[in-house]
Amino acid sequence: MNWIKDLIPNIKRNFSQTLGDKDSKVPEGLWRSCDRCGSILYIPELKKSSYVCSKCSHHFKINVEQRIEVTFDKDSYVDLNQHEEFKDLLDFKDTKRYKDRFSEAKKKTSSDEAISIGHGKIKGKHVVSAIFEFDFLGGSMGGVVGKRFAQAIDYAVENKLPLICFSTSGGARMQESMISLFQMGKTAAAVKKLKKSKLPFISVLVDPCYGGVTASLAMLGDLIIAEPKARIGFSGKRVIQDTVKEELPKDFQTAEKQLEMGFVDKIVDRKDIRKFFEKMLIILE
Amino acid sequence: MMDQHLDFEQPIYTCLEKIEELKKAVPAPENLSGQLNQLQIEAEKETAKIYKNLSPWQKVLVARHPNRPHTIDYINNVFDGFEELHGDRLGDDDKAIVGGMAFLDEYPVVVIGHEKGRETEERVARNFGMPHPSGFRKANRLMELAEKFSLPLITLIDTPGAYPGVKAEHSGQHEAIAKSLEVMSDLRTPIVNLVIGEGGSGGGFGIGLADTVAMLEYSIYSVASPEACASILWRTTENAEQAAEALKLDASNLIKLEVIDKVVNEPVGGAHRNHQETYQIVKDFFLNELLALSKISLDDLTAKRYEKFMKIGS
Ligand SMILES: [Zn+2]
Repeated sequence: MNWIKDLIPNIKRNFSQTLGDKDSKVPEGLWRSCDRCGSILYIPELKKSSYVCSKCSHHFKINVEQRIEVTFDKDSYVDLNQHEEFKDLLDFKDTKRYKDRFSEAKKKTSSDEAISIGHGKIKGKHVVSAIFEFDFLGGSMGGVVGKRFAQAIDYAVENKLPLICFSTSGGARMQESMISLFQMGKTAAAVKKLKKSKLPFISVLVDPCYGGVTASLAMLGDLIIAEPKARIGFSGKRVIQDTVKEELPKDFQTAEKQLEMGFVDKIVDRKDIRKFFEKMLIILE
Repeated sequence: MMDQHLDFEQPIYTCLEKIEELKKAVPAPENLSGQLNQLQIEAEKETAKIYKNLSPWQKVLVARHPNRPHTIDYINNVFDGFEELHGDRLGDDDKAIVGGMAFLDEYPVVVIGHEKGRETEERVARNFGMPHPSGFRKANRLMELAEKFSLPLITLIDTPGAYPGVKAEHSGQHEAIAKSLEVMSDLRTPIVNLVIGEGGSGGGFGIGLADTVAMLEYSIYSVASPEACASILWRTTENAEQAAEALKLDASNLIKLEVIDKVVNEPVGGAHRNHQETYQIVKDFFLNELLALSKISLDDLTAKRYEKFMKIGS
Protein backbone atom coordinates (compact mmCIF):
# COMPACT_ATOMS: atom_id res chain seq x y z
CA MET A 1 0.00 0.00 0.00
CA ASN A 2 1.57 3.19 -1.20
CA TRP A 3 -0.05 5.49 1.29
CA ILE A 4 1.73 3.64 4.09
CA LYS A 5 5.09 4.42 2.50
CA ASP A 6 4.20 8.07 2.43
CA LEU A 7 3.47 8.03 6.10
CA ILE A 8 6.43 5.98 7.26
CA PRO A 9 8.70 8.91 8.19
CA ASN A 10 5.89 10.12 10.38
CA ILE A 11 5.50 6.77 12.08
CA LYS A 12 9.18 6.61 12.92
CA ARG A 13 9.13 10.02 14.49
CA ASN A 14 6.31 9.07 16.81
CA PHE A 15 7.40 5.54 17.50
CA SER A 16 8.53 6.13 21.05
CA GLN A 17 4.96 6.51 22.20
CA THR A 18 3.46 3.32 23.62
CA LEU A 19 -0.16 2.51 23.94
CA GLY A 20 -1.38 -0.72 25.41
CA ASP A 21 1.07 -3.59 25.74
CA LYS A 22 4.67 -2.92 26.71
CA ASP A 23 6.18 -4.58 23.67
CA SER A 24 3.92 -3.24 21.00
CA LYS A 25 5.37 0.16 20.23
CA VAL A 26 2.92 2.15 18.23
CA PRO A 27 2.98 5.55 16.66
CA GLU A 28 0.90 8.14 18.35
CA GLY A 29 -2.65 8.72 17.25
CA LEU A 30 -3.16 7.04 13.93
CA TRP A 31 -1.35 3.74 14.13
CA ARG A 32 -1.02 0.75 16.32
CA SER A 33 0.55 -2.63 15.97
CA CYS A 34 -1.35 -5.91 16.25
CA ASP A 35 -0.74 -7.65 19.57
CA ARG A 36 -0.59 -10.99 17.79
CA CYS A 37 1.02 -10.60 14.38
CA GLY A 38 2.73 -7.26 14.86
CA SER A 39 1.28 -5.71 11.68
CA ILE A 40 1.09 -1.96 11.83
CA LEU A 41 -2.54 -1.02 11.48
CA TYR A 42 -4.14 2.29 10.56
CA ILE A 43 -6.51 3.06 13.43
CA PRO A 44 -9.42 4.47 11.39
CA GLU A 45 -9.30 1.24 9.36
CA LEU A 46 -9.05 -0.85 12.52
CA LYS A 47 -12.14 0.87 13.88
CA LYS A 48 -14.02 0.12 10.69
CA SER A 49 -13.14 -3.53 11.06
CA SER A 50 -14.50 -3.61 14.64
CA TYR A 51 -10.98 -3.70 16.12
CA VAL A 52 -10.12 -6.95 14.39
CA CYS A 53 -6.73 -7.23 12.72
CA SER A 54 -7.10 -7.29 8.95
CA LYS A 55 -4.02 -9.49 8.65
CA CYS A 56 -4.51 -12.20 11.28
CA SER A 57 -8.08 -11.70 12.55
CA HIS A 58 -6.84 -11.02 16.06
CA HIS A 59 -9.67 -9.54 18.13
CA PHE A 60 -8.22 -6.56 19.97
CA LYS A 61 -9.15 -6.01 23.57
CA ILE A 62 -11.69 -3.19 23.51
CA ASN A 63 -13.18 -1.06 26.24
CA VAL A 64 -16.86 -0.39 26.93
CA GLU A 65 -16.94 2.66 24.69
CA GLN A 66 -15.47 0.76 21.76
CA ARG A 67 -17.80 -2.18 22.38
CA ILE A 68 -20.77 0.17 22.17
CA GLU A 69 -19.33 1.69 19.00
CA VAL A 70 -18.93 -1.68 17.24
CA THR A 71 -22.22 -3.16 18.49
CA PHE A 72 -24.93 -0.52 18.42
CA ASP A 73 -26.47 1.56 15.66
CA LYS A 74 -24.91 4.99 15.54
CA ASP A 75 -26.09 7.32 18.33
CA SER A 76 -28.69 4.85 19.57
CA TYR A 77 -27.04 3.87 22.84
CA VAL A 78 -28.40 5.24 26.12
CA ASP A 79 -26.52 4.76 29.36
CA LEU A 80 -28.45 3.20 32.28
CA ASN A 81 -25.69 3.37 34.89
CA GLN A 82 -26.69 4.94 38.15
CA HIS A 83 -24.09 6.68 40.25
CA GLU A 84 -22.83 4.45 43.05
CA GLU A 85 -20.85 5.56 46.10
CA PHE A 86 -17.72 3.49 46.55
CA LYS A 87 -18.17 1.06 49.43
CA ASP A 88 -15.41 -0.88 51.13
CA LEU A 89 -17.49 -2.88 53.58
CA LEU A 90 -14.62 -5.22 54.47
CA ASP A 91 -12.13 -2.37 54.86
CA PHE A 92 -9.94 -4.53 52.67
CA LYS A 93 -6.20 -4.13 52.48
CA ASP A 94 -3.61 -6.38 50.92
CA THR A 95 -0.42 -4.78 49.62
CA LYS A 96 -2.66 -1.84 48.74
CA ARG A 97 -5.97 -0.55 50.02
CA TYR A 98 -9.07 -1.50 48.03
CA LYS A 99 -9.98 2.18 47.96
CA ASP A 100 -6.70 3.02 46.22
CA ARG A 101 -6.95 0.16 43.75
CA PHE A 102 -10.46 1.34 42.96
CA SER A 103 -9.50 4.95 42.26
CA GLU A 104 -6.55 3.78 40.16
CA ALA A 105 -8.95 1.68 38.09
CA LYS A 106 -11.17 4.71 37.59
CA LYS A 107 -8.23 6.75 36.38
CA LYS A 108 -6.92 3.99 34.13
CA THR A 109 -10.25 3.44 32.39
CA SER A 110 -13.06 5.72 31.37
CA SER A 111 -15.44 3.60 33.48
CA ASP A 112 -16.72 3.99 37.04
CA GLU A 113 -17.08 0.24 37.62
CA ALA A 114 -16.32 -3.09 35.97
CA ILE A 115 -19.68 -3.18 34.19
CA SER A 116 -21.76 -0.67 32.26
CA ILE A 117 -25.40 -1.12 31.42
CA GLY A 118 -27.53 0.59 28.83
CA HIS A 119 -29.90 0.12 25.96
CA GLY A 120 -29.79 0.86 22.29
CA LYS A 121 -30.48 -0.44 18.83
CA ILE A 122 -28.78 -3.13 16.80
CA LYS A 123 -29.88 -2.94 13.17
CA GLY A 124 -33.03 -1.27 14.40
CA LYS A 125 -33.77 -3.86 17.10
CA HIS A 126 -34.03 -2.46 20.61
CA VAL A 127 -31.93 -4.33 23.20
CA VAL A 128 -30.61 -3.92 26.74
CA SER A 129 -26.89 -4.49 27.27
CA ALA A 130 -24.43 -5.18 30.04
CA ILE A 131 -20.76 -4.76 29.14
CA PHE A 132 -17.83 -5.74 31.35
CA GLU A 133 -14.71 -3.58 31.43
CA PHE A 134 -11.71 -5.87 31.88
CA ASP A 135 -9.29 -3.06 32.65
CA PHE A 136 -11.38 -2.08 35.65
CA LEU A 137 -9.98 -4.36 38.41
CA GLY A 138 -9.85 -7.27 35.98
CA GLY A 139 -13.55 -7.02 35.26
CA SER A 140 -14.13 -8.47 38.70
CA MET A 141 -17.65 -8.81 40.04
CA GLY A 142 -18.33 -6.88 43.24
CA GLY A 143 -21.63 -5.72 44.70
CA VAL A 144 -22.17 -2.90 42.22
CA VAL A 145 -21.45 -5.15 39.23
CA GLY A 146 -24.09 -7.62 40.41
CA LYS A 147 -26.50 -4.80 41.15
CA ARG A 148 -26.12 -3.22 37.73
CA PHE A 149 -26.52 -6.55 35.98
CA ALA A 150 -29.76 -7.10 37.92
CA GLN A 151 -30.89 -3.56 37.04
CA ALA A 152 -30.29 -4.29 33.36
CA ILE A 153 -32.54 -7.31 33.72
CA ASP A 154 -35.21 -5.30 35.53
CA TYR A 155 -35.13 -2.80 32.69
CA ALA A 156 -35.36 -5.58 30.11
CA VAL A 157 -38.32 -7.17 31.89
CA GLU A 158 -40.16 -3.86 32.38
CA ASN A 159 -39.71 -2.91 28.76
CA LYS A 160 -39.97 -6.44 27.34
CA LEU A 161 -36.56 -6.26 25.69
CA PRO A 162 -33.85 -8.84 25.07
CA LEU A 163 -30.59 -8.73 27.01
CA ILE A 164 -27.11 -9.02 25.55
CA CYS A 165 -24.18 -9.28 27.93
CA PHE A 166 -20.50 -9.08 26.96
CA SER A 167 -18.52 -10.77 29.72
CA THR A 168 -14.79 -10.41 30.19
CA SER A 169 -13.63 -10.91 33.74
CA GLY A 170 -11.11 -12.58 35.99
CA GLY A 171 -14.05 -13.60 38.19
CA ALA A 172 -14.91 -12.61 41.72
CA ARG A 173 -13.62 -9.44 43.37
CA MET A 174 -11.35 -10.62 46.15
CA GLN A 175 -11.66 -7.31 48.04
CA GLU A 176 -15.38 -7.88 48.55
CA SER A 177 -15.02 -11.56 49.42
CA MET A 178 -18.42 -12.96 50.40
CA ILE A 179 -20.30 -9.97 49.01
CA SER A 180 -18.65 -10.75 45.71
CA LEU A 181 -19.29 -14.50 45.96
CA PHE A 182 -23.00 -13.92 46.56
CA GLN A 183 -23.25 -11.75 43.42
CA MET A 184 -23.11 -15.08 41.61
CA GLY A 185 -26.41 -15.85 43.32
CA LYS A 186 -27.78 -12.41 42.59
CA THR A 187 -26.99 -12.56 38.88
CA ALA A 188 -28.15 -16.18 38.50
CA ALA A 189 -31.45 -15.29 40.17
CA ALA A 190 -31.80 -12.26 37.90
CA VAL A 191 -31.20 -14.38 34.78
CA LYS A 192 -33.87 -16.78 36.01
CA LYS A 193 -36.30 -13.87 36.28
CA LEU A 194 -35.54 -12.85 32.70
CA LYS A 195 -36.02 -16.40 31.48
CA LYS A 196 -39.36 -16.70 33.26
CA SER A 197 -40.45 -13.60 31.36
CA LYS A 198 -39.50 -15.47 28.19
CA LEU A 199 -37.16 -12.73 27.08
CA PRO A 200 -33.98 -13.75 25.25
CA PHE A 201 -30.58 -13.54 26.89
CA ILE A 202 -27.57 -13.70 24.60
CA SER A 203 -24.31 -14.08 26.50
CA VAL A 204 -21.12 -13.19 24.66
CA LEU A 205 -17.86 -14.47 26.13
CA VAL A 206 -14.94 -12.17 25.48
CA ASP A 207 -11.27 -12.84 26.22
CA PRO A 208 -10.61 -13.57 29.08
CA CYS A 209 -13.65 -14.86 30.93
CA TYR A 210 -13.28 -16.83 34.16
CA GLY A 211 -14.36 -17.71 37.68
CA GLY A 212 -17.42 -16.27 39.34
CA VAL A 213 -18.59 -14.60 36.14
CA THR A 214 -18.55 -17.71 33.94
CA ALA A 215 -19.88 -19.72 36.91
CA SER A 216 -22.96 -17.52 37.04
CA LEU A 217 -24.45 -15.09 34.53
CA ALA A 218 -22.12 -15.74 31.59
CA MET A 219 -22.89 -19.46 31.25
CA LEU A 220 -26.63 -18.95 31.67
CA GLY A 221 -27.43 -17.39 28.30
CA ASP A 222 -30.15 -18.85 26.12
CA LEU A 223 -27.43 -18.50 23.55
CA ILE A 224 -23.77 -18.47 24.52
CA ILE A 225 -21.48 -16.95 21.92
CA ALA A 226 -17.71 -16.58 22.11
CA GLU A 227 -15.26 -14.37 20.28
CA PRO A 228 -12.57 -16.33 18.40
CA LYS A 229 -9.67 -17.57 20.54
CA ALA A 230 -11.13 -16.08 23.75
CA ARG A 231 -9.82 -17.78 26.88
CA ILE A 232 -12.78 -19.17 28.80
CA GLY A 233 -12.89 -21.30 31.93
CA PHE A 234 -13.66 -21.54 35.61
CA SER A 235 -10.32 -21.98 37.38
CA GLY A 236 -7.31 -20.03 36.20
CA LYS A 237 -4.70 -21.86 34.15
CA ARG A 238 -1.97 -21.29 36.74
CA VAL A 239 -4.04 -22.80 39.55
CA ILE A 240 -4.83 -25.84 37.41
CA GLN A 241 -1.20 -26.20 36.40
CA ASP A 242 -0.15 -26.09 40.06
CA THR A 243 -2.77 -28.70 40.96
CA VAL A 244 -2.40 -31.26 38.19
CA LYS A 245 1.33 -30.70 37.65
CA GLU A 246 1.27 -31.70 34.02
CA GLU A 247 1.41 -29.95 30.68
CA LEU A 248 -2.00 -28.55 29.78
CA PRO A 249 -3.38 -29.19 26.28
CA LYS A 250 -2.54 -26.43 23.81
CA ASP A 251 -6.16 -25.54 23.10
CA PHE A 252 -7.12 -25.74 26.79
CA GLN A 253 -9.76 -23.21 27.82
CA THR A 254 -10.06 -21.63 24.38
CA ALA A 255 -13.34 -20.64 22.78
CA GLU A 256 -12.70 -23.33 20.17
CA LYS A 257 -12.33 -26.01 22.87
CA GLN A 258 -15.46 -24.75 24.64
CA LEU A 259 -17.32 -25.15 21.36
CA GLU A 260 -15.99 -28.67 20.93
CA MET A 261 -17.02 -29.61 24.48
CA GLY A 262 -20.50 -28.20 23.96
CA PHE A 263 -20.39 -25.13 26.19
CA VAL A 264 -20.84 -22.45 23.57
CA ASP A 265 -23.34 -22.33 20.74
CA LYS A 266 -21.14 -20.61 18.24
CA ILE A 267 -17.96 -18.64 17.76
CA VAL A 268 -18.82 -15.41 16.03
CA ASP A 269 -16.32 -13.00 14.56
CA ARG A 270 -16.75 -9.51 15.99
CA LYS A 271 -17.26 -8.12 12.50
CA ASP A 272 -20.24 -10.41 11.96
CA ILE A 273 -21.87 -10.12 15.36
CA ARG A 274 -24.36 -7.35 14.52
CA LYS A 275 -25.71 -9.50 11.70
CA PHE A 276 -25.87 -12.50 14.01
CA PHE A 277 -27.76 -10.52 16.66
CA GLU A 278 -30.17 -9.20 14.06
CA LYS A 279 -31.03 -12.67 12.82
CA MET A 280 -31.38 -14.20 16.28
CA LEU A 281 -33.44 -11.30 17.60
CA ILE A 282 -35.89 -11.75 14.73
CA ILE A 283 -36.18 -15.45 15.55
CA LEU A 284 -36.38 -15.08 19.32
CA GLU A 285 -38.75 -12.13 19.40
CA MET B 1 -10.12 -40.78 67.19
CA MET B 2 -6.75 -39.32 67.98
CA ASP B 3 -6.69 -35.93 69.61
CA GLN B 4 -5.17 -33.31 67.37
CA HIS B 5 -3.79 -30.37 69.27
CA LEU B 6 -3.87 -26.96 67.72
CA ASP B 7 -1.00 -24.81 69.00
CA PHE B 8 -3.22 -22.20 70.58
CA GLU B 9 -5.10 -24.93 72.49
CA GLN B 10 -1.96 -25.82 74.47
CA PRO B 11 -3.14 -24.29 77.79
CA ILE B 12 -6.19 -26.58 77.67
CA TYR B 13 -4.04 -29.63 77.12
CA THR B 14 -1.66 -28.58 79.88
CA CYS B 15 -4.59 -28.73 82.31
CA LEU B 16 -5.74 -32.06 80.91
CA GLU B 17 -2.21 -33.51 81.22
CA LYS B 18 -2.05 -32.43 84.84
CA ILE B 19 -5.34 -34.24 85.41
CA GLU B 20 -3.92 -37.43 83.90
CA GLU B 21 -0.76 -37.14 86.01
CA LEU B 22 -2.77 -36.67 89.18
CA LYS B 23 -4.91 -39.68 88.41
CA LYS B 24 -1.81 -41.83 87.97
CA ALA B 25 0.05 -40.50 91.02
CA VAL B 26 1.02 -43.14 93.62
CA PRO B 27 0.20 -42.75 96.36
CA ALA B 28 -2.89 -40.83 95.43
CA PRO B 29 -2.62 -37.29 96.77
CA GLU B 30 -4.90 -36.11 99.53
CA ASN B 31 -8.10 -34.51 98.35
CA LEU B 32 -7.66 -36.03 94.88
CA SER B 33 -11.23 -35.44 93.76
CA GLY B 34 -11.11 -31.81 94.93
CA GLN B 35 -7.93 -31.18 92.99
CA LEU B 36 -9.27 -32.97 89.91
CA ASN B 37 -12.42 -30.89 90.06
CA GLN B 38 -10.40 -27.73 90.34
CA LEU B 39 -8.29 -28.65 87.30
CA GLN B 40 -11.37 -29.64 85.35
CA ILE B 41 -12.91 -26.24 86.00
CA GLU B 42 -9.65 -24.60 85.03
CA ALA B 43 -9.53 -26.53 81.75
CA GLU B 44 -13.07 -25.50 80.93
CA LYS B 45 -12.37 -21.87 81.75
CA GLU B 46 -9.25 -21.97 79.63
CA THR B 47 -11.22 -23.50 76.74
CA ALA B 48 -13.95 -20.89 76.94
CA LYS B 49 -11.40 -18.09 77.14
CA ILE B 50 -9.37 -19.30 74.16
CA TYR B 51 -12.41 -19.91 71.99
CA LYS B 52 -13.92 -16.55 72.80
CA ASN B 53 -10.92 -14.79 71.35
CA LEU B 54 -9.98 -16.81 68.29
CA SER B 55 -8.32 -14.88 65.48
CA PRO B 56 -9.65 -15.41 61.95
CA TRP B 57 -6.68 -17.64 61.15
CA GLN B 58 -7.27 -19.73 64.28
CA LYS B 59 -10.86 -20.16 63.11
CA VAL B 60 -9.52 -21.41 59.78
CA LEU B 61 -7.58 -24.07 61.68
CA VAL B 62 -10.63 -25.03 63.74
CA ALA B 63 -12.82 -25.15 60.62
CA ARG B 64 -10.34 -27.64 59.14
CA HIS B 65 -9.80 -29.59 62.37
CA PRO B 66 -9.54 -33.31 61.61
CA ASN B 67 -11.95 -34.20 64.42
CA ARG B 68 -14.59 -31.77 63.28
CA PRO B 69 -17.77 -33.55 62.13
CA HIS B 70 -18.19 -33.91 58.36
CA THR B 71 -21.32 -34.05 56.23
CA ILE B 72 -21.59 -37.83 56.62
CA ASP B 73 -21.33 -37.50 60.40
CA TYR B 74 -24.22 -35.04 60.44
CA ILE B 75 -26.20 -37.21 58.07
CA ASN B 76 -25.76 -40.24 60.34
CA ASN B 77 -26.30 -38.46 63.64
CA VAL B 78 -28.76 -35.66 62.96
CA PHE B 79 -31.01 -37.50 60.49
CA ASP B 80 -32.56 -40.99 60.47
CA GLY B 81 -32.71 -43.55 57.71
CA PHE B 82 -30.50 -41.77 55.20
CA GLU B 83 -30.70 -43.31 51.76
CA GLU B 84 -27.85 -42.12 49.57
CA LEU B 85 -28.75 -41.52 45.94
CA HIS B 86 -26.03 -41.56 43.33
CA GLY B 87 -25.19 -40.11 39.97
CA ASP B 88 -25.84 -37.17 37.70
CA ARG B 89 -27.57 -39.31 35.00
CA LEU B 90 -25.02 -37.97 32.56
CA GLY B 91 -22.36 -40.58 33.12
CA ASP B 92 -20.74 -39.75 36.44
CA ASP B 93 -21.13 -39.95 40.20
CA ASP B 94 -19.05 -37.41 42.07
CA LYS B 95 -18.07 -38.62 45.54
CA ALA B 96 -17.10 -35.14 46.73
CA ILE B 97 -20.81 -34.36 47.05
CA VAL B 98 -23.13 -36.80 48.76
CA GLY B 99 -26.87 -36.53 48.71
CA GLY B 100 -30.02 -38.43 49.34
CA MET B 101 -33.20 -38.63 51.35
CA ALA B 102 -33.59 -38.95 55.08
CA PHE B 103 -35.86 -38.13 57.98
CA LEU B 104 -35.36 -35.21 60.30
CA ASP B 105 -37.40 -36.50 63.19
CA GLU B 106 -40.45 -37.65 61.29
CA TYR B 107 -40.08 -35.19 58.41
CA PRO B 108 -38.68 -36.47 55.12
CA VAL B 109 -36.06 -34.18 53.61
CA VAL B 110 -33.45 -34.10 50.87
CA VAL B 111 -29.97 -33.54 52.24
CA ILE B 112 -26.89 -32.72 50.18
CA GLY B 113 -23.35 -31.84 51.27
CA HIS B 114 -19.66 -31.85 50.46
CA GLU B 115 -17.75 -34.73 51.99
CA LYS B 116 -13.98 -34.45 52.40
CA GLY B 117 -13.43 -38.01 53.64
CA ARG B 118 -11.48 -39.20 56.68
CA GLU B 119 -8.70 -41.70 56.03
CA THR B 120 -6.24 -41.21 53.18
CA GLU B 121 -7.94 -43.64 50.83
CA GLU B 122 -11.38 -42.14 51.35
CA ARG B 123 -10.04 -38.63 51.10
CA VAL B 124 -8.54 -39.44 47.71
CA ALA B 125 -11.75 -41.15 46.55
CA ARG B 126 -13.71 -38.07 47.59
CA ASN B 127 -11.16 -35.75 46.04
CA PHE B 128 -10.82 -33.98 49.42
CA GLY B 129 -14.35 -32.67 49.08
CA MET B 130 -13.60 -30.74 45.87
CA PRO B 131 -16.46 -31.34 43.43
CA HIS B 132 -16.35 -31.89 39.70
CA PRO B 133 -19.26 -30.62 37.59
CA SER B 134 -21.02 -33.96 38.01
CA GLY B 135 -21.29 -33.24 41.75
CA PHE B 136 -23.33 -30.10 41.14
CA ARG B 137 -25.38 -31.89 38.49
CA LYS B 138 -26.18 -34.70 40.89
CA ALA B 139 -27.08 -32.12 43.53
CA ASN B 140 -29.38 -30.38 41.04
CA ARG B 141 -31.11 -33.62 40.19
CA LEU B 142 -31.83 -34.21 43.87
CA MET B 143 -32.92 -30.60 44.35
CA GLU B 144 -35.44 -31.00 41.57
CA LEU B 145 -36.74 -34.17 43.22
CA ALA B 146 -37.10 -32.17 46.45
CA GLU B 147 -39.22 -29.62 44.61
CA LYS B 148 -41.29 -32.22 42.81
CA PHE B 149 -42.12 -34.19 45.95
CA SER B 150 -42.43 -31.17 48.27
CA LEU B 151 -39.45 -32.13 50.42
CA PRO B 152 -37.47 -29.41 52.16
CA LEU B 153 -33.85 -29.20 51.10
CA ILE B 154 -30.91 -29.05 53.51
CA THR B 155 -27.42 -28.38 52.19
CA LEU B 156 -24.13 -28.63 54.08
CA ILE B 157 -21.04 -26.82 52.86
CA ASP B 158 -17.54 -28.12 53.59
CA THR B 159 -15.09 -27.78 50.73
CA PRO B 160 -11.83 -26.02 49.89
CA GLY B 161 -13.45 -25.21 46.52
CA ALA B 162 -14.46 -26.68 43.19
CA TYR B 163 -11.71 -28.89 41.77
CA PRO B 164 -9.32 -27.04 39.46
CA GLY B 165 -8.49 -29.79 36.96
CA VAL B 166 -8.53 -30.50 33.25
CA LYS B 167 -11.46 -32.94 33.35
CA ALA B 168 -13.42 -30.57 35.58
CA GLU B 169 -12.93 -27.75 33.09
CA HIS B 170 -13.72 -29.92 30.08
CA SER B 171 -16.94 -31.12 31.63
CA GLY B 172 -18.02 -27.58 32.45
CA GLN B 173 -17.29 -26.53 36.02
CA HIS B 174 -18.47 -23.02 35.10
CA GLU B 175 -21.75 -24.18 33.58
CA ALA B 176 -22.47 -26.66 36.39
CA ILE B 177 -22.10 -24.10 39.17
CA ALA B 178 -24.01 -21.45 37.23
CA LYS B 179 -26.84 -23.85 36.55
CA SER B 180 -26.98 -24.97 40.16
CA LEU B 181 -27.35 -21.38 41.33
CA GLU B 182 -30.07 -20.75 38.79
CA VAL B 183 -31.95 -23.86 39.91
CA MET B 184 -31.66 -22.97 43.60
CA SER B 185 -32.70 -19.36 43.04
CA ASP B 186 -36.18 -20.46 42.06
CA LEU B 187 -36.58 -23.90 43.65
CA ARG B 188 -40.09 -24.13 45.04
CA THR B 189 -39.31 -25.74 48.37
CA PRO B 190 -37.70 -24.40 51.57
CA ILE B 191 -33.89 -24.48 51.51
CA VAL B 192 -31.71 -24.34 54.63
CA ASN B 193 -27.96 -24.11 54.16
CA LEU B 194 -25.35 -24.59 56.87
CA VAL B 195 -21.63 -24.08 56.44
CA ILE B 196 -20.13 -26.75 58.70
CA GLY B 197 -16.42 -26.34 57.99
CA GLU B 198 -14.85 -24.64 55.03
CA GLY B 199 -16.92 -22.69 52.57
CA GLY B 200 -14.58 -22.15 49.69
CA SER B 201 -15.59 -20.08 46.66
CA GLY B 202 -18.07 -21.10 43.97
CA GLY B 203 -17.51 -24.75 44.80
CA GLY B 204 -19.05 -24.09 48.20
CA PHE B 205 -21.72 -21.58 47.26
CA GLY B 206 -22.72 -23.80 44.32
CA ILE B 207 -25.04 -25.63 46.72
CA GLY B 208 -25.57 -22.68 49.08
CA LEU B 209 -28.23 -20.39 47.63
CA ALA B 210 -30.82 -20.83 50.36
CA ASP B 211 -33.69 -19.24 52.30
CA THR B 212 -31.60 -19.50 55.45
CA VAL B 213 -27.86 -19.18 54.98
CA ALA B 214 -26.19 -20.11 58.25
CA MET B 215 -22.74 -20.89 59.52
CA LEU B 216 -21.51 -22.90 62.44
CA GLU B 217 -19.73 -20.60 64.87
CA TYR B 218 -16.20 -21.70 63.91
CA SER B 219 -16.73 -22.39 60.24
CA ILE B 220 -15.35 -20.12 57.53
CA TYR B 221 -16.77 -18.82 54.25
CA SER B 222 -14.88 -16.83 51.65
CA VAL B 223 -14.59 -16.06 47.97
CA ALA B 224 -11.30 -17.95 47.86
CA SER B 225 -9.35 -19.90 50.45
CA PRO B 226 -6.96 -17.69 52.44
CA GLU B 227 -4.06 -19.46 50.71
CA ALA B 228 -5.48 -18.81 47.24
CA CYS B 229 -6.27 -15.22 48.14
CA ALA B 230 -2.75 -14.68 49.45
CA SER B 231 -1.18 -16.19 46.36
CA ILE B 232 -3.22 -13.88 44.13
CA LEU B 233 -2.84 -10.64 46.08
CA TRP B 234 0.47 -11.09 47.89
CA ARG B 235 1.92 -13.49 45.31
CA THR B 236 2.78 -15.98 48.08
CA THR B 237 0.76 -18.32 50.26
CA GLU B 238 2.88 -17.22 53.22
CA ASN B 239 0.44 -14.36 53.76
CA ALA B 240 -2.52 -16.69 54.26
CA GLU B 241 -2.94 -15.51 57.84
CA GLN B 242 -3.20 -11.89 56.74
CA ALA B 243 -5.55 -12.92 53.94
CA ALA B 244 -7.80 -14.70 56.46
CA GLU B 245 -7.94 -11.46 58.41
CA ALA B 246 -8.70 -9.34 55.34
CA LEU B 247 -11.37 -11.67 53.94
CA LYS B 248 -13.57 -11.38 57.05
CA LEU B 249 -14.28 -15.06 56.57
CA ASP B 250 -15.60 -15.96 60.02
CA ALA B 251 -19.22 -16.21 61.07
CA SER B 252 -19.13 -13.27 63.47
CA ASN B 253 -17.87 -10.92 60.76
CA LEU B 254 -20.21 -12.24 58.10
CA ILE B 255 -23.32 -11.84 60.22
CA LYS B 256 -22.25 -8.24 60.94
CA LEU B 257 -21.88 -7.67 57.20
CA GLU B 258 -25.40 -9.10 56.76
CA VAL B 259 -24.11 -11.60 54.23
CA ILE B 260 -25.37 -14.60 56.18
CA ASP B 261 -28.64 -14.95 58.08
CA LYS B 262 -27.67 -16.93 61.18
CA VAL B 263 -24.80 -18.18 63.26
CA VAL B 264 -25.24 -21.54 64.97
CA ASN B 265 -23.26 -21.63 68.19
CA GLU B 266 -21.00 -24.59 68.79
CA PRO B 267 -20.31 -26.28 72.14
CA VAL B 268 -17.66 -24.54 74.23
CA GLY B 269 -14.31 -25.22 72.57
CA GLY B 270 -15.74 -26.12 69.17
CA ALA B 271 -17.65 -28.93 67.48
CA HIS B 272 -14.58 -31.20 67.54
CA ARG B 273 -14.68 -31.25 71.37
CA ASN B 274 -18.23 -32.44 71.69
CA HIS B 275 -19.82 -34.21 68.75
CA GLN B 276 -23.05 -35.27 70.44
CA GLU B 277 -23.88 -31.80 71.67
CA THR B 278 -23.08 -30.41 68.20
CA TYR B 279 -25.47 -32.86 66.53
CA GLN B 280 -28.23 -31.88 68.93
CA ILE B 281 -27.68 -28.17 68.33
CA VAL B 282 -27.66 -28.66 64.58
CA LYS B 283 -30.77 -30.82 64.66
CA ASP B 284 -32.65 -28.23 66.70
CA PHE B 285 -31.52 -25.55 64.31
CA PHE B 286 -32.79 -27.43 61.23
CA LEU B 287 -36.11 -28.23 62.89
CA ASN B 288 -36.66 -24.62 63.90
CA GLU B 289 -35.75 -23.25 60.50
CA LEU B 290 -37.89 -25.71 58.57
CA LEU B 291 -40.80 -25.06 60.90
CA ALA B 292 -40.51 -21.32 60.29
CA LEU B 293 -40.01 -21.66 56.53
CA SER B 294 -42.86 -24.14 56.11
CA LYS B 295 -45.31 -21.45 57.23
CA ILE B 296 -44.45 -19.27 54.24
CA SER B 297 -46.22 -19.85 50.93
CA LEU B 298 -43.95 -21.04 48.12
CA ASP B 299 -44.58 -17.86 46.14
CA ASP B 300 -43.54 -15.71 49.09
CA LEU B 301 -40.64 -17.98 49.89
CA THR B 302 -39.03 -17.73 46.44
CA ALA B 303 -39.81 -14.00 46.28
CA LYS B 304 -38.10 -13.44 49.63
CA ARG B 305 -35.13 -15.55 48.59
CA TYR B 306 -34.81 -13.41 45.47
CA GLU B 307 -35.03 -10.17 47.42
CA LYS B 308 -32.47 -11.34 49.94
CA PHE B 309 -29.83 -11.97 47.31
CA MET B 310 -30.70 -8.75 45.49
CA LYS B 311 -29.93 -6.81 48.67
CA ILE B 312 -26.48 -8.25 49.28
CA GLY B 313 -23.90 -5.65 48.29
CA SER B 314 -26.48 -3.26 46.88
ZN1 LIG C 1 -2.73 -9.29 13.51
